[in-house]
Amino acid sequence: MTSPVSTDTVPPQLSSAQRPAQGPAADEGLARRLRALACTAPLHDLDVRKANLAGEYSVYGMAEVALAAIDLITLNMDFDTGADHDQIVARLIPRIAAQAPRRPVAEHERVARWVLENLINVGSVDRGFRAVYGTFAPDGSYVRRDYDFKLIEEVPGHGGSVYLRTTDEAVNVLVGALDTDVTSAQIAAEVKLEVLISRGRLADAQLAAEQARYRTVQYSETLRRALDATRRNVRAVDWLQAVPDMIAEALDHVADRYRHENAILTNIRKARDESEDPEQKRRAAELVEIVKDCIRRHTQLQSRLLEAGPLFRAEQDRQAFATPMTTSGIDLYGHLVAPVLPLPLEQSLRVTDAFFARGTGFRTPASVRVGDLVDLLLTPPMEREHLGAEMPEPDLIATPDDSRFSEEQLAVAMDLLDLPADAPRRLSGLLADARRQDPELPYLVALLAVHAASPPVGTAYRQGEERLLFAVDDGVELDDPEFGGADLIVGMALLDVAGMAAGRTEAA
Amino acid sequence: MSDHVEWSEPEAVASPVSAAVTPADTADAARLVAFGLQPKLQPARDQEYAELLRRYREDPPFARLADAVATGLGLVVLEVSPRAGMAVTAAEDSVFAVRMGDYARRASADSGDRFLHGLAHLAVAALAFPRPEDLADDGYIGRVSVNGVDAFVRQACRRLEERAEEQGENTDPATDAPGLETAWRIWARRSSAGATKDARRLAGSTTGIVGKAAAFLTDSGFLQRTGDDAGGTYRTTARYQLQVRDMAGSAALAELLELGVVPVTDGTASLLPADGTDDLELAADAGLPFHS
Repeated sequence: MTSPVSTDTVPPQLSSAQRPAQGPAADEGLARRLRALACTAPLHDLDVRKANLAGEYSVYGMAEVALAAIDLITLNMDFDTGADHDQIVARLIPRIAAQAPRRPVAEHERVARWVLENLINVGSVDRGFRAVYGTFAPDGSYVRRDYDFKLIEEVPGHGGSVYLRTTDEAVNVLVGALDTDVTSAQIAAEVKLEVLISRGRLADAQLAAEQARYRTVQYSETLRRALDATRRNVRAVDWLQAVPDMIAEALDHVADRYRHENAILTNIRKARDESEDPEQKRRAAELVEIVKDCIRRHTQLQSRLLEAGPLFRAEQDRQAFATPMTTSGIDLYGHLVAPVLPLPLEQSLRVTDAFFARGTGFRTPASVRVGDLVDLLLTPPMEREHLGAEMPEPDLIATPDDSRFSEEQLAVAMDLLDLPADAPRRLSGLLADARRQDPELPYLVALLAVHAASPPVGTAYRQGEERLLFAVDDGVELDDPEFGGADLIVGMALLDVAGMAAGRTEAA
Repeated sequence: MSDHVEWSEPEAVASPVSAAVTPADTADAARLVAFGLQPKLQPARDQEYAELLRRYREDPPFARLADAVATGLGLVVLEVSPRAGMAVTAAEDSVFAVRMGDYARRASADSGDRFLHGLAHLAVAALAFPRPEDLADDGYIGRVSVNGVDAFVRQACRRLEERAEEQGENTDPATDAPGLETAWRIWARRSSAGATKDARRLAGSTTGIVGKAAAFLTDSGFLQRTGDDAGGTYRTTARYQLQVRDMAGSAALAELLELGVVPVTDGTASLLPADGTDDLELAADAGLPFHS
C-alpha cells in the first residue's frame, strides 16, 4: 500500500535528511490517538449541526444528551439483547426537559430521537462513522487511511425487534482509557467503595459504585461473548481442562462479587437508616439501587455459567460420537471462509462470486403468453375504495386590498426622493412638496425618510446597488403641522459599484 | 452418488436399444426434467414424478435421454434419486442461471455489497455443513438461523481483527484504494441490524443480507423455513447439500487456488482455528470490548 505521492517527487537529499516522522513505531501511537480523537467527533458534530435543525435548538446541549444516551444504553444492555430504543428515548427526556423546561414535550422527544439517530448515523449504509487520518508507511510514504467506527450499534433481538448496544469505541469515549484488566479494576473499584462507605463519604461512594457497575456490565459482556463463541464451536475448545477451568473461575468470581456486594449492601443500608441528613439518605438509597443492580447482573451471569456445562455435553454427544464418515474433502469453513476473509476485497470477490454463481440454484425465467397478456391489459383497473371521500372544492374569498398607500403614491414618493447626489434636502421641504401633490403623500414620505435613517447598507452592498437613500439627524427640529421630531437631512449616496464587486469576490 | 450417470459407461449397452426411443419416451424424459425444474416439489408427494424417477433408475436408455434433454436446456444433472428428485442446476451462461445483478440491484454498482451478498451465501453453507463429514453424509440435515450466520461471520472477523492487532498491523484501508480493504472489515463495519420505519429488516444490514440469502435459497428448494426464532431458522435439503458439494464448493475452491491461496487443513473440521485455545483467550484477556 503506497500512496500516490511517492518519494521521487521529493529531492533525494531532502527525504533522507528530513525524515517527516520518527518511524512507524512512533506513528502508531499517533494513529491510535487520532482514532480515539475521531470517536469524539460525532459528539462535537451534534452541537455544530443543531443549528441546521428547523427550529431554535441552540438551548440544548446535544453532546451532553449524547453522552447521557451512551451512558443509559451501557447500563441497560442486557445479557442477551441490548437496550430498547423507546425506553432510552423515554429516559433521556427528563434531562432534555431540564435543559429547556418551557419547550413542549414533543420537541424534547424530537431532540432525543435526533441525538440517538445521529449516534447510530442512520443516514449511512453502514450505520457508522468514518474518519480519515494519515500515517507514514514503513517506506516513508504518506498513506491516508479510513477509520470506520460505530458508537451505538443496532443488534437483532427476539421476534425481529432491534436493540441498541454501545460499542467498544463508545465505552472508551464514555469512561475514558480502559486499557486495564477488567477483573482487577473491578476489585479496585469495590475496595474503594467499601473504604468510602466506612468513612461515610457517600458522594464519592456513589461515583465509585457507578464505576463498579460499569465494570460489572463489561464483565458480563465479555463472558457473554466468550460463552457464545465456545458454545458455537465445541471441538476446538479444550473441554478437558480449559473450559471447566474458565467456568469455575467465573463462578468463583461471581460468588466472590456476590459476597462483596452483599456486604456493601448491608453497610449502605445501615448508612441509609442511621443517617440524619436527608441528602445522605437519598444518596444511600440510590447506592442501594445500584448495588442491587450489580447483584442482579451477577446472578444472571451465574445462571448462564451453569447452563454452559450441559450444553457442551449435548453438543459433544451430537458431534463427537457419531459414526465417522468418509469426508468429501471440502471443509467449507477451513477451506473457503477462513482463507477468504483476510484477502483484499478485489481477490475475495472472485471466490464469493464463484460460490454465488454455482451455489444459488436456478431460476426459471418468466415468460408471458400473448393470450394472458391481452387479458391482463384489457382487465379494467380495480376500483380503489381506500382513497377516502372526495375533496370538496375550496371556497376562496377574495381579500380586499387594504394597503395604506397605492402603487401610484409610492411611485410619486420615490420620484420625490430621487434626489441628486450633490443636493440633499431637508425633510420639511420634502413634506411640503408632497403635501402639494396629495394630502396622503407626506405620511409615505415621512415613513421612507425614517427608514432611510438606518439605510440597508449590507443589502445594497450584497446586491451591488449604485445608489442608497440615507437620512441624518443634525439636531434641527421639524416644524410641520402634522409631524414632529427631527428635521432630517435626506440625501442620496453614490456607492462604489466596482470596488464593492471586487470586495465581494475577494470575500468569496 | 451411485445414481450419477456416467456418459461413457453405458455406451455399449445403450446403442442397440437407442433405436427404440419414441417421441413418447422423449416427452416423458422432458417431463422428468420439468419436474426437476420445480425445486420445491417433493417426489414423495407426486406419483407421476416418483414413477418417472423409478424409470430413470431402472431404464438406462431413458436415463440417457433425460440427461440429454437436461443438457440441451443448459442444465447440469447433480443427482437423480427418490430423496433429491431430479436434482438439476443451471450450467454457466444458461438461461436458468442466477445473476448477481438481478439478485441485488446495489450489488452491481458496489463491489462491497457484491462481496457481502456472496459471503452471506458462503457463510450460510459453511454453517449448514460445519464439518466435512456433514457435507459428505447424505443423511445429514443442517440447521441455520439468520442471526446465527451473522454472529458466526462476525466472530470470525473479530478473531482476524484481534490477530491483526496483536501483530501491530494497521488494517484501516488506504483511502484511495478501497479494493485493497481486507474482506473481513467490510462485514465487520456494516451494522448487523437497523431500525426501519415499517419494522421490517433493514435490507442493507448484515442480517438483512443473510436473510435475503436464506429466503432466496428457500425459493431454490435448498432450505426449508422451520421457525421465526433468531431472525428465521432453516433446515437444509438434499439438493442444497448436492449443490454445495458438487458445484459451489469446488468452484470457489478452484478460484481460491488460482489466487495462489492454498488452504491447508488436516481433513478434520476446522470451523475453529487449529489452535484450540483461541476462544479461551477471548475470555481470558477479557478484552473483547476494551482492547487498546
